[in-house]
Order: sequence, then structure tokens, then C-alpha cells
Amino acid sequence: MSGFVPAPLAALPWRVLLLVAGIGGFGLIVLYSAAGGSLTPWVVPQGARFLVFLAGSVVLSRVPLDWWKRSAFWIYAVILVLLVLVELLGAVRGGSQRWLGFGPLRIQPSELMKLAIVLACARFYALLPATETRRFAALWPAAVLIGLPALIVMAQPDLGTGLMICAGGATVMFLAGIPLRLFVGGALAAAVAIPVAFEYVLHDYQRHRVLIFLDPESDPLGSGYHISQSKIAIGSGGIFGKGFLNGTQSHLDYLPEGHTDFVFATMAEEWGLAGGAFLIIAFLLVIRWGVNVGVRAEDRFAKLAAAGLATTMFFYMAINLMMVMGLAPVVGIPLPLVSFGGSAQMTVLISLGILMGIDRSSKLRQRW
Amino acid sequence: MARPPRVMTEAAQAYSFSRRAWLLGAGQIGLGGLLIGRMGYLAITQNEHYNLLSERNRVSMTMIPPRRGWIVDRHGQPIASNRTDFRVDVIPDRLEDKDRTLARLRALLGLDDEEVAQIEAELKHSPGFRPVEIAENIDWDRFAAVQVRQPELPGVAPSRGFARHYPQGAAVAHLIGYVGAATAEQYKKVRDPLYLTPGFKLGKDGLEKTMEPLLRGTAGAKRVEVTARGKLVKELATRPDVPGRTLRLTIDAGLQEYAARRLGTNSGSCVVFDCTNGEMLAMVSMPAYDPNSFSEGISQLEWKMLSENDHVPLMNKVTQGLYPPGSTVKPMNGLALLAAGVDPHDRVFCSGAFQVGTGVWHCHKRHGHGPLDLKNAIMQSCDIYFYEMARRVGYDKIAPVARALGLGQKFDLPFATQRYGTVPDSEWKKRKYKTEWKVADAINASIGQGYVLANPLQLAVMASRLGSGLQLQPTLIRDPFKPRAEPMAIDPEHFRLIREAMYGVVNAGGTGGVARMLVPGVAIAGKTGTAQVRHISPAERRSGVLKNGQLPFKLRDHALFVCFAPYDNPRYAAAVVLEHNGHTVRNLDTPMIGRDIMTYLFDRERALKSLAEVEPTWGGDIRTRMAAEAAAYRAAHAPPPPQPDLDDVAATGSDAVAAATDASNATAEAQAADTAAGGGPARSGSPEPDSENDRGGDAGAGRE
Repeated sequence: MSGFVPAPLAALPWRVLLLVAGIGGFGLIVLYSAAGGSLTPWVVPQGARFLVFLAGSVVLSRVPLDWWKRSAFWIYAVILVLLVLVELLGAVRGGSQRWLGFGPLRIQPSELMKLAIVLACARFYALLPATETRRFAALWPAAVLIGLPALIVMAQPDLGTGLMICAGGATVMFLAGIPLRLFVGGALAAAVAIPVAFEYVLHDYQRHRVLIFLDPESDPLGSGYHISQSKIAIGSGGIFGKGFLNGTQSHLDYLPEGHTDFVFATMAEEWGLAGGAFLIIAFLLVIRWGVNVGVRAEDRFAKLAAAGLATTMFFYMAINLMMVMGLAPVVGIPLPLVSFGGSAQMTVLISLGILMGIDRSSKLRQRW
Repeated sequence: MARPPRVMTEAAQAYSFSRRAWLLGAGQIGLGGLLIGRMGYLAITQNEHYNLLSERNRVSMTMIPPRRGWIVDRHGQPIASNRTDFRVDVIPDRLEDKDRTLARLRALLGLDDEEVAQIEAELKHSPGFRPVEIAENIDWDRFAAVQVRQPELPGVAPSRGFARHYPQGAAVAHLIGYVGAATAEQYKKVRDPLYLTPGFKLGKDGLEKTMEPLLRGTAGAKRVEVTARGKLVKELATRPDVPGRTLRLTIDAGLQEYAARRLGTNSGSCVVFDCTNGEMLAMVSMPAYDPNSFSEGISQLEWKMLSENDHVPLMNKVTQGLYPPGSTVKPMNGLALLAAGVDPHDRVFCSGAFQVGTGVWHCHKRHGHGPLDLKNAIMQSCDIYFYEMARRVGYDKIAPVARALGLGQKFDLPFATQRYGTVPDSEWKKRKYKTEWKVADAINASIGQGYVLANPLQLAVMASRLGSGLQLQPTLIRDPFKPRAEPMAIDPEHFRLIREAMYGVVNAGGTGGVARMLVPGVAIAGKTGTAQVRHISPAERRSGVLKNGQLPFKLRDHALFVCFAPYDNPRYAAAVVLEHNGHTVRNLDTPMIGRDIMTYLFDRERALKSLAEVEPTWGGDIRTRMAAEAAAYRAAHAPPPPQPDLDDVAATGSDAVAAATDASNATAEAQAADTAAGGGPARSGSPEPDSENDRGGDAGAGRE
């Protein structure tokens, strides 16, 4: 780096920031089209939020790693309390509420829990002596850490977020060295549990969504409509798309939720496979960088947290795209940085901030 | 045996981490690749399929119903045309809030309770994809009011199209028929989306039905880009419709309308032919329904009113009505007798009664005509002469001539339902009743009663063949290449004699003197007829036969008249048949109606003027009378419970028509069986009014 740029700025991972800005910027272009060629109602608030959160993540990268390490359990505890509070509020007001209002700010604790669970598990396994890794003591505290919020969130009911919390925690457990056979066993247990859960745990509308996912054409005007129309949008886009502002599925309102959960379909219709490949590859590059940050880190907490956070980002993208392309049921996971809405945007950019912080600390250590 | 747990060291842990992190990264890249692959499958392999689906979403095709071909008369005057029509339909499947939408439409269009009840009933029975009509033929203001609110009224489809219009109204009802929306069964048979298009109508009866392929044309299509909620974004290419072809008839619309009006309050029919080529100039059956209102959709009340009417307005009496032709067959009998070698100067003495075995037959003239030759027998319509001659030569000699002149014959005319009647002979009777032909049968048939049945069309053909001597074939559709008719295989001298007798009927003191033409230089030749529809018992005969005016409508005699003019060079021929007319009102009786219709052809002004004078005496023109009748009926009857629409029925195929025709046939057959049994009491003979003077005594007879 040349001497014109101050050292702290030069130390930032500019390639990754550019990639993230590229994804966010492309998202704004798609939202502009989804609004029928207008900056309102989505582009301006989304763009402003993006800039604020991106700046915030740079600021967050200055927070010392030790602080995160020390606070991990506290952050987890606070968010768990908030989750319970939301549940209670929902019970009082009737209906399922998922957010808490602080003035103009709406905070969705289940969204933040996706981060907190990774930090808490990472902290737990960092504390655990290596000799204990293959003992039962390595298992049950993590299971409790994951199980509590996951059950509350699923009861909200928000199946998608609950599964993502489980997946985030399980990823950290996997990286921490929990025996593989437990994961294989867990997968088998899930295979048994899924039909049971389907019958007795899922709500009617959730069960319906799963059925529709298995056969979307059975109900082309009802719940299968989302999946069918999304596949039509993606399939009719072809290799290079119908062109900017030329998507008919989104502009004529055939595609529901074209600016939120199904924003990828809106994009794919106008930009085709080329646009889709760009987004997926850009996401994979960011995630790979995140995993590598973990590999490079010296500290065990940093390793586990970095790889876990990066994988959480991956889950966002993968689940959303599978849903949009008809490979998974509609579970309501947005495509972060692209879908309109602040929660996922915030979660991903906080993750990015923490990752940049970990990256910075390991670089500093290397320099010493 | 529990395996001692492997001891994990920090170094092993770090190694395990990098190995597992690598695995995780590989899994992520693998899944990412899978996603790109899936996307490629959708966007490349399946691209064509999804493009099609996306286009199907985006583009909504609406069919434009083709403009129906016009039906015009011989001079090009429209009989069925199209006028611009604004209409509103709903598509039940797309309705979101039925009650709210109906309430809005009701307010916007000003619908009344009966109409709303009808719409509700149709919505309940509708298959969902088929549009249900809300209102047709509405004015621009109301149409525009619905159109601007279309986005907030999902499922409501205002459209602009063409509606069928029949300028002559009821006068052409049975000739032309009417149109209506396709039924669910019709749609299921052809699966043509056009059948579901609002505003598309197909022929339901008459020529509209039989000439459907010619009149329909080819639908156009309008392609529009629509949003998921059905809001129109922009119009794409439009393919215009190809209108149906114009159908030119041989009918003279003016004559048709005149004849219909001239029939007045009668339940009757009238057919007029051009004697030179067999072209049909008028074909009227009255009373009738209004094809304009039928084409807009028949209301329950209207249908009920028409079904209950004893004048059977739903029946096309020209082709579906069968009547004993009565004395109108006597000129034809005369031809047959001449052909059989009867000397026209041979006389038969008429004493008023005629006995064969135990049976006694009477002449309509109670005390007899005295001695008569053929010509006078036709002129005076003497029954005894024909009883005697039929007995002498046998009816098997007469039947072939009856058939040659058109009785009992089927003509190739574009009508779905035709009835052909009967010309009986010994073989026919053996086939049908397995019994021998008796003299009594011949005697009844000789005066056009008994087994003999004919429709008015056949009677008019008989008149045209008698007048022209040509083997005329009736045509209704104008064909400039129609071959010339061949002369009939009958001695022209015989024709001359018979025509002379028919001239005498009208112009030389015969029974049809009332029909004498007032146009200078044009003389009518004709034959009157009366067909009895009840049995007259000997007791009644002794105490004096009841006058028609004293009888209920259904028991009165049918009145018939066949004629051609001018006598010396026949140009036109006509038949008029009035059900249960009973000769009660003079200017509503057959001879005078026949005369006026002929007058129209030679002196239109005079005919129209005389009609204008008499029409008010029977309550005005057709439209006025129909309106008054409907108003009276509506006042007397509560609206019937709404039922699904009446598109599925055709007027001339309705139950009311079947009942009416069956009833009349039953009486005819009963009478024939009655007398043919031999043992029964005497037949009455034809209840012919002897002469002009004789008729004065009938109740209600008026002077000109």
C-alpha cells in the first residue's frame, strides 16, 4: 500500500469490502427494477441502511477480539432474554410477533441469535480443554445452548430461522472436533424424526408448504404459486436475461414477494444465468474469505467463530436460493444484502465486521 | 468393551480444525456449484418451457366474436342485421366478493329484483369458467360507469360487441329463428373457446340455426398484456374477425311483414310463392315471439306466457302445423278425376245427404245443391259430388295426384323441424293400421278430412303447381342458377278446366266471392276450405249444428284458403291457414286475408291503405298487441321462481309445440277412426259456408 493512505484504512480487506459492496449495489439495481424503475419505495431506504451498516461493520472491525471472547455468553444471554420477551409480548398481544420496537428501531432477536449462537458455541469449545472434546461433557452444554433458542424460535413459529440457529451451532460443533459418527447418527435421527415432526410438530400451514414444495403444480394458484412463478421467472430469463427493467413476471405482479424473499427470481429474470452466477460466485468468494480467516487465526475462539459466521452467511444464501429454485420448501429466509429488509442485512454485515476484526487481529499477531 | 477415548491434544485439534474447515469449504463450493447447475437447468434446458409459461402469464388472449352474416331479403333489405352493443358479463371463477360485486353492478346498471334473482340463479348453476350475462344492450353512460371501475371489480367483464337485430321483429320470428349464447353441452362438444366468449351467440332456431356455418364467420383475437390481477397494461397485436357471409333469401321482407300484420289476431300461417320459379316470397306463422328479445335471453315470464298461449306462438305453423286440408283439395281431386277419365260434364245429384251402407254423409249445404258437374262442384264446394266420384274411381287413383301436387311431400328447406302430413291410400292403411281400406275412408279423404293431413307449405306448393302447371320446387335461399321447373305430366287441358273452376270460386258466384280482387285487370283464382275438428252427433244435427261463435276456441273449425293470381297468367300463389278461425269475423277470415296479401303484390298502396283502416279494429299492429298482451300477463302472474337460463331450448322444439301438434293430430285421427269404423254415425261433410249471403248469419260477422 502506498503511503498516501492512512495505515488503518490500508489494513482493511478491500477486496472483500468491494465484493460486498458489489453484491449490495447489484441488489439495489434489482430493487430499482422491482419497483418498476423507481428509487422509491425500496432503493433509498435499503441503500441508506446498507451504507450505515457497512460503515458500522468497519467500525465493528476495530472492536478487539478479546472483547467478543469475553462477551460471547453475555450477548447470547441478552438475546435469549429478548427472545423470551418477544414470545411473552406476542402472547399478550395475540398473534405471532417476531420483533421488538426501540423507538424507530425494530430488532428481531431471532435474527441476532444466528450470530450469538455461533459466538457462544465457539466460546464454549474454546474454553473446553482439548482432552474433553470426545466426552459427553463436550456435548450437552452445546446442545442446551442451541436447543433453548431454537425451540423458542420454532415455537414462534419460524421454522426457517430455528433451523438456521441449529445449523449454525452444529457447524461450530463440527469444526470443534466432535466425533463425526455423532453427526452421521444425528442425520439418521433427523431422518426418523422428520416424518414424526411433520405429523405432530409442524403447523398446518407449514405442513402445507412442505407438501406444496414436494409437488408445486398440485396447487398452482395457492401456495404452490410462489414456487411455480419463481421457477418461471428464473427459467424464462435464459442465459443473459430479458434485460434490465424488462422482466414481466415481476413487473406484472405474477411473482409474489419479488423484492424480498424472491428477489433472486426478479434478478434472474432480467439478468439471466449470468447475473445469477455472478451473485453466487461473489457470495462464495466472501464466504471462502471468511472461512480462511478462521483457518489463518491462531486463537481457537477466533477460528471457530470466523468459520461459523462465514457458514451462517452461506446458509442464508443456500437456503434462500434452494427455496427460490424449487429445491426446498418456502421457509421465509431472505437473500442477505439483496432482499429488501434490514434484519438479514444487519446480521450479515455484523458478521462481516467481526470477521474483519478477527482478520485484523491475526494480521497484527503475524506482524509481531 | 468400551474403547478408551482417544486423547485429543491441542495440536491434533488444530489439525482437525483445518481439515474440517477445508471439508466445509469444499461442501459450500459444491453446493454453490449445484445451485448454479440447477439455475442453468432451469434457464437453459427448460428455457423454452418457462418462456412459454411466462408468455402465457403475460399475454391474455381474448377472442373477438365474429360479426354474424346478415340475412337480407330478395331486394337486399335486412331481415337480420347487427347493431353495436355494450354489455357486461361476470366470470364466476374470477369473482372475489360475489355479493359486493353484484350490489355494485346493481347500483351502476340499475338492475331490478327479477334480473338480480335471475343472475344469482345462473351464477349458482354456472360452470365457473363460463361468463354469466349481467346486462346487454346498455347505453354508453352505464357501460362507461362499469368500465372505469373494472380494476376494483375483479371478475366483471364489460365489453363492446354486436347484437343481432331483426327489424321486422315477430313477423320474421319463425322464418329466421333467433340466436343465443352457447350452452355448456355445446361447449363440451366442440371445446372451442369462442363458445365461452361473452357476446358470442349462435343460431338457436330457424334459419339462424340451420345456416349457422355460413353466417358465423371466423373469430378475431385481441392480445393484451395483463397483470396478475387482470389489469390491462397494453394492447399487443390484434387479429380482426372475419364476418360471416350474407345470406340472401327469396323472401320479400315487405310482403312478409304485411302478411304477418294482415293475419291479425288469428293463430295462423301464410305462405306465398312466385309461380314462375318456386321462390318463397313470404312464410309467416303468427302469433310469434319477438326474436330480438329472445336473442337477448328469454325471461322466465316471457317463456311461460308464450308456452301457455293457446295460439301457440312458439310453433312454426308453416312447417310444423298439420291440418286436414278440407275443401282446398277439391281442385286437386278434380285433376285426379279428369286423369281417371271422369267426364267433366257428368253430373251428380246433391240432395244434402249421402248414404253408403249404414253410414250417412252430409253436404255442408243442408238441403243439397241439386245436380252439379265438376266445375260447379268445385265452385260450390259440393261434398256429395266428391263423395260419389271418390267412391266411383277409388282413392288410390286420387292419392298419386295429391302427392304430385306436393301433399305429403318433404321439401328441401333449411328448417330443423318439418312435419310432412299424410296422403292416405289402401297400401298406407294396411301398413299403418293392418286393416283394409274402406269406402268410408275414401269418402272422408275426398273432402280433405279423415286421414289426410297437410302443412301450409304443402298447400301453397299445391296452389303454385295448380296455377303454373310446373313441377315447382320451393326455395328460400336465393340461387340465381336455379334450374327452370319442368312442366308437370298432366294434360294442360285438365289444368285449364280446374283453373276455370277456381276462377269461378272467387269471381263467378262460388264460395270464395269475398276474395275478389279490387285491382283492375287482376283476377284471383282460389279455393276455400274448412276443416272440422270435432264430431257432430246426430242429435246435434237434428237440433241444428252449433255455430262456431258458440264454441270454445279449440273446437272451432280451421279456415283455409289457397289461391293464385292473376288467373289468366299466374304469377303468385298463396295458402292461408287459420287455426280454429271458425269464419267468425269476416275481415279476419281466409278469403279476405288471401285477397289482401295478393293485392299487396299488385298494388302495394291500396293494400297498405286498407290494412291501416282495419288494423285498429283488432287492437293495432303486432308490436302494440304483443306489448299489451305481455303487460296483461305480467299483471296477472307473479314472476316464476328463477331457473337457469333457457338457452338450451329452441322455440319450435319446445314442449308447448309438441303438445299442440300432438293434440291436433289426435283429434284428426280420432275422427278418421270414428267414421272409418263403419258402424259409427254419419260424418258431417265439410262445414263449408255456402256463399257470401249465407255467412251473414254467423255471429260477429262484419261488413267491409
